[in-house]
Amino acid sequence: MDEAKRSALNEFWINLKTAPGQIYRAMFRGGAPVSDRTRSSFVFGNVFLHLHSVRTHLWSLKWSTTMGLGIITTAAFLITLVTGILLMFYYKPYPDVAYQSIKDIHFIVPTGRFMRNIHRWAANVMVVAVILHMARAFYTASYRKPREFNWFIGWGLLVTTLALSFTGYLLPWDQLAYWAITIGANIAQSPREITDAMGITEYFDIGGLQREILLGSEIVGEESLIRFYLLHVMILPLVLSMLMAVHFWRIRKDGGLAKPKNVDELVAADPKQHYPVFTEQPQKTYQLAAVVKGKTPAVGSGPENTVPSMPHLFYAELGVLMFTVLICFFLAFVSDAPLKELANPLVPENPAKAPWYFLGLQEIVSFSAFMGGIGIPMLCWIGLGLIPFLDKETEGTGEWFGGPGGAKLVGWSALYGFATSIAVEAFAIRFGWLREWFPDIPQLVITFVNPGTVITVLYAAFSIWVLRRFNSTRAGALALFTCFLAGFIVLTVIGTHFRGPNWDFFWSPSHWPGH
Amino acid sequence: MTTQPGEKRSRFDPEPMPRRDFLGLAALGTMIAAFVVSLFGMLKLPKAAVSASPSKKYKVLLPDALPEGEAFIPPGRNVAIYRDGEGVYALSTVCTHLGCIVKANAKGFECPCHGSGFAKDGAVTKGPAPTALPWLKVTGGAGVYTIDEDSHVKAGTKV
Ligand code: FES
Repeated sequence: MDEAKRSALNEFWINLKTAPGQIYRAMFRGGAPVSDRTRSSFVFGNVFLHLHSVRTHLWSLKWSTTMGLGIITTAAFLITLVTGILLMFYYKPYPDVAYQSIKDIHFIVPTGRFMRNIHRWAANVMVVAVILHMARAFYTASYRKPREFNWFIGWGLLVTTLALSFTGYLLPWDQLAYWAITIGANIAQSPREITDAMGITEYFDIGGLQREILLGSEIVGEESLIRFYLLHVMILPLVLSMLMAVHFWRIRKDGGLAKPKNVDELVAADPKQHYPVFTEQPQKTYQLAAVVKGKTPAVGSGPENTVPSMPHLFYAELGVLMFTVLICFFLAFVSDAPLKELANPLVPENPAKAPWYFLGLQEIVSFSAFMGGIGIPMLCWIGLGLIPFLDKETEGTGEWFGGPGGAKLVGWSALYGFATSIAVEAFAIRFGWLREWFPDIPQLVITFVNPGTVITVLYAAFSIWVLRRFNSTRAGALALFTCFLAGFIVLTVIGTHFRGPNWDFFWSPSHWPGH
Repeated sequence: MTTQPGEKRSRFDPEPMPRRDFLGLAALGTMIAAFVVSLFGMLKLPKAAVSASPSKKYKVLLPDALPEGEAFIPPGRNVAIYRDGEGVYALSTVCTHLGCIVKANAKGFECPCHGSGFAKDGAVTKGPAPTALPWLKVTGGAGVYTIDEDSHVKAGTKV
């Protein structure tokens, strides 16, 4: 008994002494990541890294494949996450003190101003990157089978990103914030434009309900601030993180990034790049045999033209991350996040402008609250989500603009998109619209016939013409998407730069009348 | 416990009502029921029974020296009160488009947000506003008036 005790004690000591080494080995189950084999098994066994596949195709590493836009978006999100949490230490979500606490952050808290600037700039970078990333996925037709579902998730991510930015807007409780939210909440209420015209608002007031749920009150006040705060720091980030996890995981499950059919000819240039795959004894698992079938990436083909994700892909990703950090730092350094006067519910900003990415929307909202704020955006939004189900062609997947001829089509579509939106806007600015000509015109006519809807109809007509001309749904989609992107840019620029007090047209902000 | 002779069962010869299935289905059923009920409960949460908004009905002391055609704006309210030969009346200054506060000008009102214009009587003259500025119910007299922002009256009603 004595001897057994002693040896157990002995063993305990030995175990204790070797514990650090064992913990280290337990962390890297396959051994320290020093060889390709151990690095691969490290990626495979790590919950964060295994969102990547173990090996990455050389095509996916070319910068022209993705331009790193997805990673930039992710990096920007991580930056806003970190800085946002830091800001939460000092921010107080209550009307009387919110503005003061932002001032504190700006003027008193050490590095507070810098943190707030980075937070704001990273959020802007995220919005830009997410839009460009969507355009990239669209123009390389990466939404096609089997990636339809991931396009769908990305669609949700776009909306969540915009919602995150918008909810962050109210928090400083300055004039900019207050009036942007007032306008936003009233857009939510704008279905009343329709129910009012039909005389059923009394019984069916979906608009009013939406607004009230958003604001928690009839006015923009403390209830609204708490709601937006909770959405901004809790609900939306959780939603975003969840969607992101699914998004990344799907990339892996769908066989990595979309690649053109002849991808092997395109990348297989340098024999030195070829990694001899089967020089080591393969370790196989047959547990997945039941779910693996033809489309899964590595079935039916050897891992030619792939390199281990660690380090090749990870270095590329880290590079993009650091690049994003650099951009945000630089922007935060040269430009301060704005803070206007304290919110004043009696006197709106003139002009009261939404965040820049909503100014295109505000421009068409200035024609009709319902069509501009809900009708047309909904149409775009639903159309965007349906893209993979409407275009089922297979030609040109993974290639920019779908191969030869595509770039030309996109060029012409962009030209058409710019020209029509500028023309319609110029007309409306120069000659006014129906209300000015026929003062007694019913509101429903203006709701449905206004410059915003006219532009939309012109785009749709063009895309149908292209679709028939080339007898291809992909061509039609390219035309439509490009037109809308062009329209978005035109309207945003007009809303941002050329609109002044009373939403009048000015060639430059320096011409605004003083007030 | 021992198996009674004659009751030998293998898993290929299940009980008439598999107990595990029953329990599983019961669990699933209660889960769905609980989920639906709590979802409805939670859906009611965002809309309070009484909302924290300021009172929409209030008294105003109209200055005797208010010139005709000039608006009196009670502090903290979005209402313009006028007095002319025929009496006193009040217009809401909340733009019917998207809720900005309109400013009185020589011709009537203008909205800073998207350029809606309104005539002196509140009718839309320009821009996206879907309806005229509402006339609010005014009661009282002799300098003290009660404004009720919730009840609208026909344009042109003066007391
Ligand atoms: S809120 Fe008045 S014009 Fe839009």
